[in-house]
Order: sequence, then C-alpha cells, then structure tokens
Amino acid sequence: MMDGDIRTNTYDDGSTDAATGEQQIRNFNINFGPQHPAAHGVLRLVLELDGEVVERCDPHIGLLHRGTEKLMESRTYLQNLPYFDRLDYVSPMNQEHAWCLAIEKLTGTVVPRRASLIRVLFCEIGRVLNHLMNVTTQAMDVGALTPPVWGFEEREQLMVFSERACGARLHAAYFRPGGVHQDLPAGLIEDIEAWADQFMTKFMVDVDGLLTENRIFKQRNVDIGIINEQDILDWGFSGVMARGSGLAWDLRRAQPYECYDEFEFQIPVGKNGDCYDRYLCRMEEMRQSVSIIRQAIVKLREPDGQGPIMARGKLTPPTRGEMKTSMEALIHHFKLYTEGFHVPAGETYACVEAPKGEFGVFLVADGSNKPYRAKIRAPGFLHLQAMDFMATKHQLADVAAIIGSLDVVFGEIDR
Amino acid sequence: MSDARAQAKVEDLNELGQHIELKRPDCVLSWDVTGGELTVNVAPANLAGFIEFLKVDTACKFSSLVDITAVDYPGRDKRFDVVYHFLSMYQNHRIRLRVKVREDEMVASITDVHPSANWFEREVFDMFGLIFKGHPDLRRILTDYGFRGYPLRKDFPTSGYTEVRYDEVQKRVVYEPISLVQEYRQFDFMSPWEGAQYILPGDDKADGKAKEKAK
Repeated sequence: MMDGDIRTNTYDDGSTDAATGEQQIRNFNINFGPQHPAAHGVLRLVLELDGEVVERCDPHIGLLHRGTEKLMESRTYLQNLPYFDRLDYVSPMNQEHAWCLAIEKLTGTVVPRRASLIRVLFCEIGRVLNHLMNVTTQAMDVGALTPPVWGFEEREQLMVFSERACGARLHAAYFRPGGVHQDLPAGLIEDIEAWADQFMTKFMVDVDGLLTENRIFKQRNVDIGIINEQDILDWGFSGVMARGSGLAWDLRRAQPYECYDEFEFQIPVGKNGDCYDRYLCRMEEMRQSVSIIRQAIVKLREPDGQGPIMARGKLTPPTRGEMKTSMEALIHHFKLYTEGFHVPAGETYACVEAPKGEFGVFLVADGSNKPYRAKIRAPGFLHLQAMDFMATKHQLADVAAIIGSLDVVFGEIDR
Repeated sequence: MSDARAQAKVEDLNELGQHIELKRPDCVLSWDVTGGELTVNVAPANLAGFIEFLKVDTACKFSSLVDITAVDYPGRDKRFDVVYHFLSMYQNHRIRLRVKVREDEMVASITDVHPSANWFEREVFDMFGLIFKGHPDLRRILTDYGFRGYPLRKDFPTSGYTEVRYDEVQKRVVYEPISLVQEYRQFDFMSPWEGAQYILPGDDKADGKAKEKAK
C-alpha cells in the first residue's frame, strides 16, 4: 500500500468502511523531527497515521553521518581514539574502551592493574552519566520538566571528575591502548566517594520519589512498547533493551573483560518488557554502578592497586622524565606521536557492555600504523531499526515514550 | 581472563568448528580459531540456509545477529569480504562468517532469518555497493539523499566529490564539486631505506646521470 492510497478498514463484525464517491480519506503522513525535541537529536521519522494510530514508521537516519569509519582508515590508531568519544557522546569513555580492547587484543598487551581499575571506575561513571541523561530526558518526553534539571546537575559533577582526571569534560581521550593516559590526581577518588554517598542518599531517592510511582509517568510508560524474548533475538537487542524483558544478559558477567569478574554486582531484569520496566532497570543499574564505583575506589587504595597506569612498550609513550634524559626515549616519543605504533595483521572483534548495549569494534589490521578497516557496531543502530516494529499500532504520543526508552544517541547510530 | 579459562574456550570453539564443518560440509570452505575467535569461511551459494542452520542447531544456537559489514580488497579477484558476526546468548559464544564475493556478484539477503539484518544490509549496500538479493527495501541509509558513489570502497577519496554550502543569492543549499585549498595530507611513514617501493623526488635524475656515467 502506498502513502496516498485510501485505506479501507475491516472491523471485527465483518463490516468495512463505507466509501462514497466523493470521499477522500487517506492516511496522514507526518515528519517527526529532525528538529523535534523528543527525537533525541537528528532523527527524522516519517510516520503514517490513521487518526492518532501509527500505521508505519520509517526512520531516516544519517543526518549526523560524519564518515567516521572512512576517516579512521587514513589515521593512525592513536589518532582514531578521539573519534570514539564523538560516537556516543553521552558516555564517551565506554566507547574508547572498546577500541583500546581491540588494539590490545591484536597486540597482546597486558594492561597494568591500576589502569584496569581506573578504567572500570570511569566506565561505571559513564554508565551513570548515560542513565542519568536517559532516565531524566525520558521523563521530559512524557511531560516532566524537573528530572532533567536535577539530572544535569549530577551529570555536571561527574563531568568535573572526568575533567580532573583527563582535562576534558566530555571528549576525554583518556583510555589509551595499554592503559590510561594519566594517573588520577590526588583527592579525586575521595571526592568521587563523597559524591557517591550523596547521590545514593539524596538524588536517587528524590528521582525515585518523583517518577517511579508517579501517576502520569506510569500512564505514559506502563504497557507501552512491549517486547518479548523472541523479539530481542529477532532484532538483535542488547543491554537494557534485552534485560528489560527478562533476559539477564550482561557482557560484564557473561564474557567478562577488563577486571569485571572480581566485582560484585547484580544484574537487574524487568518482567514485562515495557518502557516502564526499562526505566526501572536503568534506575537499578545506576545503583549497581555506584556500588561498583565504591568497590573500585577501595581496590584503588589497596597496595596492589598502586603502580604504573600504562603498559611499558611500543604502544605507550615514555615518561616525561625519561624522555628528557634518554635519547632512545625521545626518539620513541617522536615516532609514537608521528608515525604511531604498528599493529600486527589480523582481525578481531572486541565489545564492551556500553550503557546502551553491546558496543563493538571489528578491526582489520594489515600490519601498518593505520587500521585497514574498522567497523563500529553501535547498539542504538539495532534498537532504532526496530522502531517500525515497536511503534506500529501505538498512539502518536507513545512514539516519544518509545524513543525515550530505546535510548538512542545519533552520534553512534549515524557514525 | 585466566589462561585456563581462555584455553577451555579455545577448545570449545575448536569443537564447535568441527561440529559445523561436519554438519554442513558443502557450506564451510575452511575455519580457524585465532585469538579466541572462531572464523568460518563460507561459500556464498547457500548462505541463508547455513545461517538458518546456525540459528536452530542446538549446539550452535546463534540466535542474535551482531553485525554485518564488508571489507574491500581492491587488488583481489573476489574483491569484497562480507563479514557476519553472530552471538548465542544461550551457549555464550560468538562466530564470525566470511563470504568472499566479486564486485558484480549478488549476496543473498538474510532478512528472512534475522529481521535485524535489514539495516545492516542497507548499510553495506550504501557503503560498498553490494546488492543483497531478496532484500525488501534496499535503499541508501547513512549517506545524503541523492548521494552517488560508495564511500567505504578503497578507491573512493576521503574528501568525497561534492561539497554543500548555503547560497545567499539563491537562498538555498547548493551542491558543488569539491575544491580543496590544499592537497589532502596523506603522510607516508615508510622510511626510504626500509624498502619503499617508489622513487624519491630527485632520485630519478640522479639515477639517469648515474646510468649515463656508467655508459
């Protein structure tokens, strides 16, 4: 059926729409976005509406396409790292992590323990950053204005931690192949600990009280966008989209990377697989992340949590002092930042449990200093793909709620 | 991950590879386990059937499609590698399939087996110009409306062919052929005394003189 065709509905008593000769009823097509505040960026949805019911939903993506994968082919491995901050810019460090893991897998680099702990710490901060953004803006999509204001306050504090660690609030470029760029400054982990306490006792309680049992919020989210186990498999969902429907699938637990296997955390799962359950999952994941942050801080204080933050070798720069005194170290420093390091030929797929789901990098190296091909597998790409399936036969107003619970960010979908 | 567990994982994958080859000898060209990842080279002929088998076979149970992409090797006769990644959430393992295709060859669409392949195949079509046979809606996905060319092919320049700007006179966005104020910088880090395959500027003259002297 084409856009302009007249639809004849058949009803359950066998009757059909009566059509007179001069009657001209056809479904209404609207553009949702790309400038709609509930479209979470530059999403253009072409919606075919029968009254208020969505009959078809065709997402047009690519308005933020920057050709990251093409650009990566002409840059060195290290120069490519900051591109990953710009994919999912809500939780930048989680993306960098996947790139570092892919390079480390091919080169066989072992990351020092302290660097590993710092990575876990900032990955979980990234998860809180992401869920804060998503939970609160989802509330905004369905009509609440207060939560995003509160949420951004907390995000601001977390971004200050990121700034203190690496000098940038958002585009960190902090995780490097072989470790992390710099050690944490004095006093940072104490401040993160203090933040964690007030976050759990104050912010989470407040938002919980404001949203969880809120009548309007529940009316807009409960039983909206239900997905079941088969849908998860058919549409390749991961992360909260899978967990919200009862599949306890978390890469941190199922295929542990970094040192996640020594942390204790619970994986929250939903029962009904609707937008509301996904909201509950994200809230609980924030609590679990704060618990991991606290464990990481304890481990960072232990004696075996001290030490270097970068693996020594060709992948990483020499220390400043070494560079000033040793000719070899100076040459190495110069070569590393101009030519870059070479990665042995091979193929690998490295993935992390990013806040939105499984974020992966398929890296094809040809032995030179540049990747031959790097494919970025973004979880949001698959989630948005199912938009037609999820939104069809829902009301127009539910589209905003569904997009909110899909947790899409166009930096990673369009690449 | 501890070494013992990594070792056990590699053994499991070896077993899985043997199992797949045994069950579907006509589809599997070769397989290997490198770096703890199972890669299977697959014949393009019965691709959808093979992926269906991977999905339903109890030992495989590769129920989720993770990714479809392609890699361009312009020098090869079969120019493209189409690469599929699958994940089994039940058996907790992954697999990578590699299908080699010629430029003019069509690949079978797997949207009937995995609906999530839809956008991935559109993306591969958009970026590499590979056509998927049986795809319900093979449109471009990431590039601009009316875009020409296939950007991720190795012979496509990184700068592209057109640029857009807002024209104050016509009051609209116009497309123009690209004009670069400086040449696109592609550094060559190969040092000349480590077997670079080209002649440095100036060397050609020296070489000619040397030859003349030798005469």
